[in-house]
Amino acid sequence: MYRYDEFDHDFVQARVAEFSDQVERRLSGEITEEQFRPLRLMNGVYLQLHAYMLRIAVPYGTLNAAQLRMLGHIARKYDKGYGHFTTRQNIQFNWPALSDIPAILADLASVEMHAIQTSGNCIRNVTADHFAGAAADEVADPRPYAEILRQWSSVHPEFSFLPRKFKIAVTGAERDRAAIQTHDIGLHLKKNAAGELGFAVYVGGGQGRTPMVARKIRDFLPEADLLSYCTAILRVYNLYGRRDNKYKARIKILVHETGVEEITRQVEAEWQELKDAELKLPDADIRAIDAYFAPPALVARPEGDAGIKLARLDSKSFSDWLDQNVVTHRHPDYAAVTISLKGIGEVPGDASDSQMEAVADIAEKYAFDELRVSHEQNLILPHVARADLKAVYDALVDIGLATANSNLISDIIACPGLDYCALATARSIPIAQEISLRFASLERQREIGELKLKISGCINACGHHHVGHIGILGVEKKGTELYQVTLGGSADENTSVGEIIGRGFSSEEITDAIEQIVDTYLGLRLNPSERFIDAYRRVGPAPFKEALYAGETKAA
Amino acid sequence: MKILTANRLTDGIAVWYADGGWAETVDHADLAHDKAAEDRLEAIGAKAYADNEVVDVNLIDADVVNGVVEPVRLREKIRAAGPTIREDLGKQAARAA
Repeated sequence: MYRYDEFDHDFVQARVAEFSDQVERRLSGEITEEQFRPLRLMNGVYLQLHAYMLRIAVPYGTLNAAQLRMLGHIARKYDKGYGHFTTRQNIQFNWPALSDIPAILADLASVEMHAIQTSGNCIRNVTADHFAGAAADEVADPRPYAEILRQWSSVHPEFSFLPRKFKIAVTGAERDRAAIQTHDIGLHLKKNAAGELGFAVYVGGGQGRTPMVARKIRDFLPEADLLSYCTAILRVYNLYGRRDNKYKARIKILVHETGVEEITRQVEAEWQELKDAELKLPDADIRAIDAYFAPPALVARPEGDAGIKLARLDSKSFSDWLDQNVVTHRHPDYAAVTISLKGIGEVPGDASDSQMEAVADIAEKYAFDELRVSHEQNLILPHVARADLKAVYDALVDIGLATANSNLISDIIACPGLDYCALATARSIPIAQEISLRFASLERQREIGELKLKISGCINACGHHHVGHIGILGVEKKGTELYQVTLGGSADENTSVGEIIGRGFSSEEITDAIEQIVDTYLGLRLNPSERFIDAYRRVGPAPFKEALYAGETKAA
Repeated sequence: MKILTANRLTDGIAVWYADGGWAETVDHADLAHDKAAEDRLEAIGAKAYADNEVVDVNLIDADVVNGVVEPVRLREKIRAAGPTIREDLGKQAARAA
C-alpha cells in the first residue's frame, strides 16, 4: 500500500501543528467560534448532538494493521471504546473532547493517517472498490489513480472552496462495487481496444434531497489525462456551480440545469487548454505510484480446498460463512473475506476497540497486513489463502465478527441518524436493528437472496436510501418519526434511484411493512435466482403498493 | 416553557443552564415561563457564547414531568439522555450507574 514520502510526512505534521495551535487559540478564547468553525471542519471536527465528532480519512478504504490498531487505541484512550465506519470508507469517533483532538491527530500522523478534507466544500476522500487489487474481475487496481487524485486534491488551492463538497469514486471492474454513478465524478478504469488503460468518466451523480444518476461524458479518457480532465470538470463546476442556494450547489444540479451535452462541451473545451500542459501524467510517475500498490507475494497454497472441504463438513456455520462472506480472488489459492460489521441486532458499521485490535492481528497474521473499509460499512481482508480461511473464521468467531450476511437483507447501510447526528430528523440505527432481528434467520435471509437495504435518518441521504433495493428515509412529521419507503434503487453498474412507494410508516409499522414487501417479492419472483431488484424492475411498484396499501383504499 | 441548552466548548458535552451555571443534566434546568424570562435566558446564552464557555446555544421547548424538566422534541430528549441504542452512553449511563 501507499507509504508516505518525506513530503507527505512533513505536510501532515505541519497540519497537526497548525491545527493544534488553532485549537489552543480557540480554547483560550483568542479566536471565536465563527472563526474556528471552518478551521475545525477542514480537519474533520464536527459538533453533533452529544459531543464533537472526529471523522478520520481512510484513503480509498485501505488500511494496514498498525493503522487499524491505532484506531482501536484512539477509541479506547480518547473516545468511548468504539468507532463507526462510514459509507465514505472513513471512520468517525462520536465523543472526542476538543482539547484531546491535537493528541489524536498526532497519534494518527504516527501511522500515516489524518482527518484532512473529511468535511468542507472541497474534494473529499476518494473512494474505490473495496476488493481493489484482489478482485478476479478487475482490469487493473483503481487505487493508484485514487492516490494520484488524493495527492492532487489535497489542499488544492483552486478547489478548497468549491460551491459544495465534491466526491470522487473509482472502480477497476465492469461490476461496479464503488457506486461510481452516485458520485460527483465516477471513474471506471478500463482498457480500450489497443489494450491501453483509461477511464469512462461519469459526472453529476449524487443523492441528498435531489438524487441523480451520473451521466457518462467520456467513454475513454487515457490514464495520462486523469488530472487534466478532472481539473477541467472542477473548473467548469467552480465557475458555474450555484453558490446562491446550498441545496442546488452540487455539480449534479449544474449538469441537470445545463444539460449533459453542453456540460460535456464546456469540459472538453476547458480540457483542450489543459491537456498537453503540466497536468499530463508522465507514465513513469503513474508506474511509481502503481508500485506502492503491488500485490503481496502470493505463494501457491493449493492445499486450501481439501482442508476447506473437510471443515465444511465439520461446521455448517463455517460453510455458511464461506458461501456468504468469501469471494473469489484473482489467485485461485486465495480469497477476499468480508468481515461483517452487521451482527444481527447490532449497530451497522460500529466496531469496538478490542475488535479493531483483534482484526488488525488477523490481518497481520493471515492477510499480508492489508485491510479495507467498504462503503457498505464492513471490513475486508482482501488477500487470504484459502488454506487459512478456517483459522480466520475461528478468530472472527472469537470476537463476534463472523456473521454470514454479506449482501443479505441484514447487511444494512445505516447512517448514525438522530441517535448522534445534529442534522438528522429521525433515528436510523434502531430501525436497522429491528429489521435485522426480524430477519435474523440466515436460512430465511438466504432464501430471500441478495437484497440491499439502506436507511437514512434525513434527506441528506448519508445512508444511501435512494439507491437501496429497499430504501428507508426517516423524517419528522408532527413531532414523530415517520419512515418513507423507496423501492428499486441500486448503486451498481445499473444504477437507479428508488421510487417512493406510498405513504410513510411509523416506527412501530416500518418493520412489518418491510416484511410485507419481502413476502410480496418472494410470492412473485420467477425463481430463486431472480433477485429482488430484478423482480422489481420486471413488475414495477404495483404489486408492492397493493400489498402495503390495498386495505386502506378499500376502507376509504 | 423554554430552557437554555448548549454544548460545552472544551469537550462538546451537552449542557443546560441551571441555577446560575451550566449543568450536565437537563433535570433542573431553569425554566422560562414568559417572554421576559426567555429574553433573560437568551442573554445569558449569548454572553456564555461570547465568553467562549459554550457553543451551539439554543432555547428549546420543555415540560416538567414528575418534577423534573424534560425537553419536548425527540432530538432534544436524545441529547438529554444519550443514544437510544446505547444506554451505557451519555447522560443516561450516569443515571443508571
